[in-house]
Amino acid sequence: MKRKDFVLAVEGLTVSFDGFKAVNDLSFYVEEEEIRVIIGPNGAGKTTVLDLICGKTKSTHGSIKFRGKELTKMTEHAIVNEGIGRKFQNPSIYEDLTVFENLEISFPRGHSVFGALVFKRDAEVIAAVEEVAETIFLADSLDKTAGLLSHGQKQWLEIGMLLIQKPDLLMLDEPVAGMSVAERKQTAQLLNRITKNRSVIVIEHDMQFVEDIAHRVTVLHQGKMLSEGSMQKVKSDPKVVEVYLGH
Amino acid sequence: MSTNDIRAYMPKGDLISLLILAVLILVVFPLSMDIFRLNLVGKYLTYAFVAIGLVLCWGYGGILSLGQGVFFGLGGYCMAMFLKLEASSPEATKIQSTPGIPDFMDWNQITELPWFWEPFYSFPFTILAVLIVPTIFAYIIGAAMFKRRVGGVYFAIITQAVASILTVLIIGQQGYTGGVNGITDLRTLLGWDIRTDSAKFILYFVNAGLLIGCLLIAQYIRKSKLGRLLVAMREREDRVRFSGYDVSDFKIFVFCIGAMFSAIGGAMFTLQVGFMSPSFVGIVPSIEMVIFCAVGGRLSIFGAVYGALLVNWSKTTFSESFPELWLFAMGALFIGVVMAFPSGLAGLYKQHIGPRIRNTLATIRRDYLASRANAKSQSFATD
Repeated sequence: MKRKDFVLAVEGLTVSFDGFKAVNDLSFYVEEEEIRVIIGPNGAGKTTVLDLICGKTKSTHGSIKFRGKELTKMTEHAIVNEGIGRKFQNPSIYEDLTVFENLEISFPRGHSVFGALVFKRDAEVIAAVEEVAETIFLADSLDKTAGLLSHGQKQWLEIGMLLIQKPDLLMLDEPVAGMSVAERKQTAQLLNRITKNRSVIVIEHDMQFVEDIAHRVTVLHQGKMLSEGSMQKVKSDPKVVEVYLGH
Repeated sequence: MSTNDIRAYMPKGDLISLLILAVLILVVFPLSMDIFRLNLVGKYLTYAFVAIGLVLCWGYGGILSLGQGVFFGLGGYCMAMFLKLEASSPEATKIQSTPGIPDFMDWNQITELPWFWEPFYSFPFTILAVLIVPTIFAYIIGAAMFKRRVGGVYFAIITQAVASILTVLIIGQQGYTGGVNGITDLRTLLGWDIRTDSAKFILYFVNAGLLIGCLLIAQYIRKSKLGRLLVAMREREDRVRFSGYDVSDFKIFVFCIGAMFSAIGGAMFTLQVGFMSPSFVGIVPSIEMVIFCAVGGRLSIFGAVYGALLVNWSKTTFSESFPELWLFAMGALFIGVVMAFPSGLAGLYKQHIGPRIRNTLATIRRDYLASRANAKSQSFATD
């Protein structure tokens, strides 16, 4: 196999919750500017894999290397500062703050206690917030309280909060779940635009959406890799059809 | 700082609230009350320091501490130790078997001043200790809890346990702490008799000045990005963490600030009331402090001051007439506020009184403009 520069190298990753192996000896590699989609039936361990990469859950065995740096022993905020952004399954935004403030908090400056005390809302911050707001279709809602946004807009806002961090690896957990058809289309466009110059890992159930965006697909089943490759290859894999697509 | 910056940190509404409060404390109270009442208000205001700290910790950061009495007490005890040493000069204590040490130590057969009392001969050290000892203590509790991600109810219970432990410790170590009576019979501060009316009058203003200083610090924190982060943490701790922040650092910081404010209040309490005892450290006073904050409105630093004033004032009046009913009234008040007015006095003002005042002002202005326009048109007509 030819060595390419991997952004993310997951090797022999295992996590066990009281003996139950939610992720079992999993290995996969993500390349520069790749959009990788992880699919699989419920309970396959998809979200757990993202939790492990971003440090929310600690692994039992195995290694996760991001640009050659071991992540398994790092704290969550340190992993974020390495350049990994994570979107949660349910829109996870600050409902009492305005859209502007939501984005501003995610801006990568003033992340220490003292930094936050002396943080100034200068032209650079305002420009960055406005640029991202434009991208996520929320330029007109900057002063709106985030709690008042629609479900789809909240999802976009959270994606925007990741974008402003300028991560090298973006992880999205079901970004179009609960969205209307029109919103799905817009989101697919949005993802295609924002994945320039970065790698993305997406968990998604919507097969049409997966076909639209995926470069490669990893299928998980009971914590193990079932199949990996292009959407075409995965779709025709009899094992995948049996456990997942056949239903 | 440019005027724009100042406006961002002190919007018009907050500035008006601050001015009204300052006029009330600095002008209205001193002019309308005798020194006995004014000293009482001064005592109430020492609790306002704690309540402001709780607004930041609990209202903003969502960290409910049921042990703020610990920090209030530590601040108060540091000040009391200094005053006690000054009151225990060898001349003043020559009837004791060991002259020159505090009287309660003599009663407990202690013949030498304990080592940790020694530095409290120095006034600068005492001021530093008031500010730093409780803050370090808060740092230790905060770091131990928040780094391990202990939060919510568990944290509240642990702070309560700390309050309880410290009370037991103070009462048990009678010889070193004055026990259940506390440290009493304090007389002078650097030779200045704090028991006189004029001293009480001056201390009232020192206290008020410090309170306004703390309000300004709290206002700055609340309006900085740190203030918005606290709200964000309260709502979505994980999201803040995955935006690249070490959440525990921020929690420790705000807990320490709350502790430091409480300690200043405690030290001013000792100076104005003239003694310090474990009855201001334990669980009940700590919970009362949370009630001051809740009644005032846990999201309003100005409301917290009114909450402390109002609850303490009603405590004094109520417990004079029905001492046995006071605790029940307090409990009912807390439940009532939480159920019916979760944003306390500040919320009531914001929802009902504020808009009404604005409406009235707008009507007056409209009438005035209309009458002026009328007058003008009439003067045109007579021309």
